[in-house]
Amino acid sequence: MKLRTTLLATAVLLAPFGAMAAGAQGKTVGFSQIGSESGWRAAETTVTKQQAEERGIDLKFADAQQKQENQIKALRGFIAQGVDAILLAPVVATGWDEVLEEAKDADIPVILLDRKVDAPDDLYMTAVTSDTVYEGEVAGKWLVDHEAGKDCRVVELQGTTGSSPAIDRKAGFEKAIADAPNITIVRSQTGDFTRAQGKVVMESFLKAEGAANICALYAHNDDMAVGAIQAIKEAGVKPGEDIVVVAIDAVPDMHLAMSNGEANATVELTPNMAGPAFDALEAYWTEGTMPPKWIQTESKLYTVADDNKAIYDMKKSLGY
Amino acid sequence: MISATLKRVAPQLVILAVVLLMNFAVFPGFFHIEFQNGRLFGNLIDVLNRGAPVALLSIGMTLVIATKGIDLSVGAVMAIAGAVAAAVVTGGGGWLTALLAAIAAGLLCGAWNGILVAILRVQPIVATLVLMVAGRGIAQLITEGKIMTFLNPGLIHLGAGTVAGIPTPILIWIAAGIIVTAIVRGTALGMLIESIGINETASRLAGINSRALLIAVYLISGLGAAIAGVIVAADIKGADANNAGLWMELDAILAVVIGGNSLLGGRFSIVASLIGALIIQSVNSVILLSGMPPEFNLVIKALIIIVILVIQSPRIKHTLYLLRASAGPAPRETTLHDTDPVAKESRP
Repeated sequence: MKLRTTLLATAVLLAPFGAMAAGAQGKTVGFSQIGSESGWRAAETTVTKQQAEERGIDLKFADAQQKQENQIKALRGFIAQGVDAILLAPVVATGWDEVLEEAKDADIPVILLDRKVDAPDDLYMTAVTSDTVYEGEVAGKWLVDHEAGKDCRVVELQGTTGSSPAIDRKAGFEKAIADAPNITIVRSQTGDFTRAQGKVVMESFLKAEGAANICALYAHNDDMAVGAIQAIKEAGVKPGEDIVVVAIDAVPDMHLAMSNGEANATVELTPNMAGPAFDALEAYWTEGTMPPKWIQTESKLYTVADDNKAIYDMKKSLGY
Repeated sequence: MISATLKRVAPQLVILAVVLLMNFAVFPGFFHIEFQNGRLFGNLIDVLNRGAPVALLSIGMTLVIATKGIDLSVGAVMAIAGAVAAAVVTGGGGWLTALLAAIAAGLLCGAWNGILVAILRVQPIVATLVLMVAGRGIAQLITEGKIMTFLNPGLIHLGAGTVAGIPTPILIWIAAGIIVTAIVRGTALGMLIESIGINETASRLAGINSRALLIAVYLISGLGAAIAGVIVAADIKGADANNAGLWMELDAILAVVIGGNSLLGGRFSIVASLIGALIIQSVNSVILLSGMPPEFNLVIKALIIIVILVIQSPRIKHTLYLLRASAGPAPRETTLHDTDPVAKESRP
């Protein structure tokens, strides 16, 4: 009797929340993840599970271990189980038409996370991704504001040559500094998105330009920046002070570098792609509104002004 | 012996000098070396330092190739060794324990390759391909797919530190080169390895323990890869299982080829392979210093490498020899062709 009263009271207390999340409460969503090839990917999985739990969604998780065939199998499994919706982080862009068609026939909305696919856009509900051009722009704008009016020679560490994030992050940054004649990119070379190459290429930048003639480093990802910071230190120069360091991704080690004053800013590629996806699903289930075909995630700027030590600890716990 | 070695590596030295001059042409400060923050600082030092992983790999690769084999797994073994070292120090172990554990892992990988090749008689390219693919997965399992960072100063010293102002990796690869050369050339070991590469059956019939020697060369290759892997991890204070040593087996094979060693086995020169490794690193340096857009990186590298290999090709070598002979006072045609008629006569 007492137990029932408690339950009832709890239910009454939670009612407003229940109403808010009513659309998703008790629904079953299948999530086909690529794998866990990077820390970011692992964090995305953790955050997706957290988001589902907060909303009372029953999440069915399938790890594809980098294989499309596993993802297609997982999707067919979800369809057979009759889930209410499917989240898909596609490992490749092509070859999805058939299985997406099957999901459509079964009236199961599919939301793409983090990457898009080459398929007619009526086969999926929406895609939640980051705008990589905009990420570069945020980084560039920060540098323009930070160096306001001062002459600044920038060296750039590009991502893997020809990869779309490298092309976009370069274009975005260039767009942001286009109206600031005081900021010029003097050297630009690929560091393959890796720490080791970031360090090697920065070493050559420091020698070819002379450390005193470099005002800032822009790296297309944090890993290269972390490698470059070591090269800057070994050259007897202070990263973060003598050479400003700005990059993209906001991985834990970059927050650690910022808390040590060795880096200045980073733009977050958020691992929370599921949050906006669930929001869209809730709106669809409760009000029947279809989301736009593309939902852009927030590209948040972190600087030394943030409590980077705390963010580092928090992000580490996400599995980065 | 030293003059014979010099004569053997003369073409490689000339190529190295030319590539270094190309560096000087794109960046006039190239040869400038200064003492800064207690360490030698300069582009030449970078070439020696950054060439360390490929140099270490090329030592073992030279021996493996001399037996008519090939070791495709060295890049993956580097990733495993780096991951093992990082796991040991993050687990509270000391740097020496980490180094020894990494070396043990490298030797284990070498033994695996050696047994597949020498005892199960799997073709070397297939046998080592297994570990090339699986090895990176093993490394990822150890690091759980993340970059496993560490702060152990002893371990970091192996990759980013200096001894008497010289970066540690330079000292390590030079020492390794001297030790292995001394062992294989100071004894008959080198000749026995060459004989396996030329004709394994004949060597075995002549009483050479080809199995043990084959396993030994893969062990040395695994050992070199392990040390290279520790250096690469220590350099960035973290084991990056996805990228450490990626495609580096190809650079190591290229170093051996630029060193004028035949992929068909037989005679080898470790010194020439080491110079080959330096040539590759100098080419990388030209690309970085030239300031060209990165889209050109692979094209420039390919062009330079093609020129080097064409100059070394038997046909061009022959033509060059004829040109030199006809320009000289007394052409010695006989020395050039004397091997051919003999070979023909000795045929049944």
